[in-house]
Amino acid sequence: MYFAQEIREGLMIAFGAIRANKMRSVLTTLGIIIGIVAVTGMATAIDGLDKAFEKSAKAFGTDILYVQKFPWVSNEDWSLIRNRPDIKAQYVDVIERQAKLSSAAAPVVVRRTVVKNGNFQLEDAFVTGTTHAYNEASGNMNIDGRFFTAEESDRGRLVCVIGATVAEKLFPTGDPVGQTISVAGAPYQVLGVYEKQGGLWGRFTSDNRVFIPFESFQNRFGSRRWVTINVKVADVEEMENAKLELEGILRKVRRIDPGKPNNFNINAQEILTQTFGQFTLVVGGIGLIITGLSLIVGGIGIMNIMFVSVTERTKEIGIRKAIGAKKRSILIQFLIEAAALCLIGGMIGLVISFILVQVVSNVFELEASMPAFVVIIAILVSLTVGVVSGFLPAFRAAKMDPVEALRYE
Amino acid sequence: MQDSQVINLQQITKSYDMGGAEQVNALRGVSVAIRKNEYVAIMGPSGSGKSTLMNIIGCLDTPTSGLYEFNGINVSEMNDNELAKVRNKEIGFVFQTFNLLARSDALHNVELPLIYAGVHSVERRRQATEALDHVGLGDRIHHKPNELSGGQRQRVAIARALVNRPSILLADEPTGNLDSKTGDEIMILFEEIHKLGNTIILVTHEEYIAEHADRIIRVRDGEVASDENVTRIAAVA
Repeated sequence: MYFAQEIREGLMIAFGAIRANKMRSVLTTLGIIIGIVAVTGMATAIDGLDKAFEKSAKAFGTDILYVQKFPWVSNEDWSLIRNRPDIKAQYVDVIERQAKLSSAAAPVVVRRTVVKNGNFQLEDAFVTGTTHAYNEASGNMNIDGRFFTAEESDRGRLVCVIGATVAEKLFPTGDPVGQTISVAGAPYQVLGVYEKQGGLWGRFTSDNRVFIPFESFQNRFGSRRWVTINVKVADVEEMENAKLELEGILRKVRRIDPGKPNNFNINAQEILTQTFGQFTLVVGGIGLIITGLSLIVGGIGIMNIMFVSVTERTKEIGIRKAIGAKKRSILIQFLIEAAALCLIGGMIGLVISFILVQVVSNVFELEASMPAFVVIIAILVSLTVGVVSGFLPAFRAAKMDPVEALRYE
Repeated sequence: MQDSQVINLQQITKSYDMGGAEQVNALRGVSVAIRKNEYVAIMGPSGSGKSTLMNIIGCLDTPTSGLYEFNGINVSEMNDNELAKVRNKEIGFVFQTFNLLARSDALHNVELPLIYAGVHSVERRRQATEALDHVGLGDRIHHKPNELSGGQRQRVAIARALVNRPSILLADEPTGNLDSKTGDEIMILFEEIHKLGNTIILVTHEEYIAEHADRIIRVRDGEVASDENVTRIAAVA
């Protein structure tokens, strides 16, 4: 009750003082405004990067294992792994037969080439050879139309499924399904169009691809050294066991002696997420420290002006003390004033930061938005800066001698 | 007798260290007792220790040695916060330079002691308005000090001093910044306040102001030079 009154009186005095020194208050809070804009901007950017990455990483499927010659992320000595044998498409049969924890496996080979529809063309589409199992082995993405069947795949029919970007480029108007496109000169019938994936790796997802049967690919382009086998794990919970099972099968196929290292890699999305997570942690940490420095500078500005304010109002402090204000009352009064200054700065900073984020996301077509936790943190941080930087000046005010303070002119 | 004693000072001394071995003895053993509803003037030239005595009586400062009892309670060894409470509840200050908060209106200035006493806002407003009514400023409660004349400012200060119903009213040269006509009006107001049963201690160096009191204590060189009851001159009615 008593405390609430003191707080209210403190707020009244604080806003009175801020109003009485408008120009000074604005200049002082500028430091806090800049600091909050920097910190919230940074936090929003990192959060946006995280989300964009998460979305992109989903394109790799959370339950898909990629059997490949090399690891995605490695600090191994390149000379030790460069001479590994190639992954063979024939492994798919073995995996399908033996892997009980996996539900589908498909070989994937890629070649960049030109695809055309009359005058519309795409220079560097990723033409991907795979089997009918691909759709399941890549996580069953939505298709407008259908994927090719086992029969079409085995017989090497001239059919294809295209990504969203390919569809946009070759068929700016009209439905591509049922139409024919030219892949490296040969006519392929479009069976379906994949839903748009977007994200950081739009170029490497289905968006930019033309899927054709594995046989057709080999007939047209010959066999490839770079084969990836996509393996769909039946149950996400069994990810680790499925990986171990797959590893065992491949070691047997390759006749690797116990104790010898693998000469292949089983990659998964989590490798990317982990690596990227470390990356954002480091960048975010450094970024927040640097932007945090601007807040410290802002806080020093507040401390400085609060010292001026306390000195200027020595007489007022004397009067309040003579009338019965305790040390605590005076301390609270000046703490509230400093906190209010910082809070106002923080709010203004948040608004500016919010507008900046909108502008930036519109200009660069990003889906950035300020997360709620950034708003809460910004408010808490500005309050804390206010209380911390206001403490010394407020303490000096609180311990003034009433007789001396009253004599001050 | 003892019961009605508001202020009891016994052998109060106050010395200040002026750096090094130098020491100034502002008070050298002052003993004074003031009873309820007395109207006392403390007089003395500058440097006499008059201001130091006033600060100690007003609980703004503590004595170096000696006993100070306020309403029978020893205040000479109280800490800052306890003294603040005594100042808030028991002492009403009126200063030469009014000492009002410039940015606050008359009402808020008068409410200030009640805020520190923790009085609820509705009750606070009622009491402050009543106090301003008493000093004849009921129609000016929302004026700021710079919108009021000197006499009106001092009336606001008196309202502020009385709003907590203190045991004593301590006035330091209350007419020093006023012209003589306005000063007389303030002295009449003091007289009325005294008649209502309040205890008034008036610190001044003006003989004709001191003559409004019933008793004059003269301070010289840190000691009480004389302490006598006087026949009060009739205030200009």
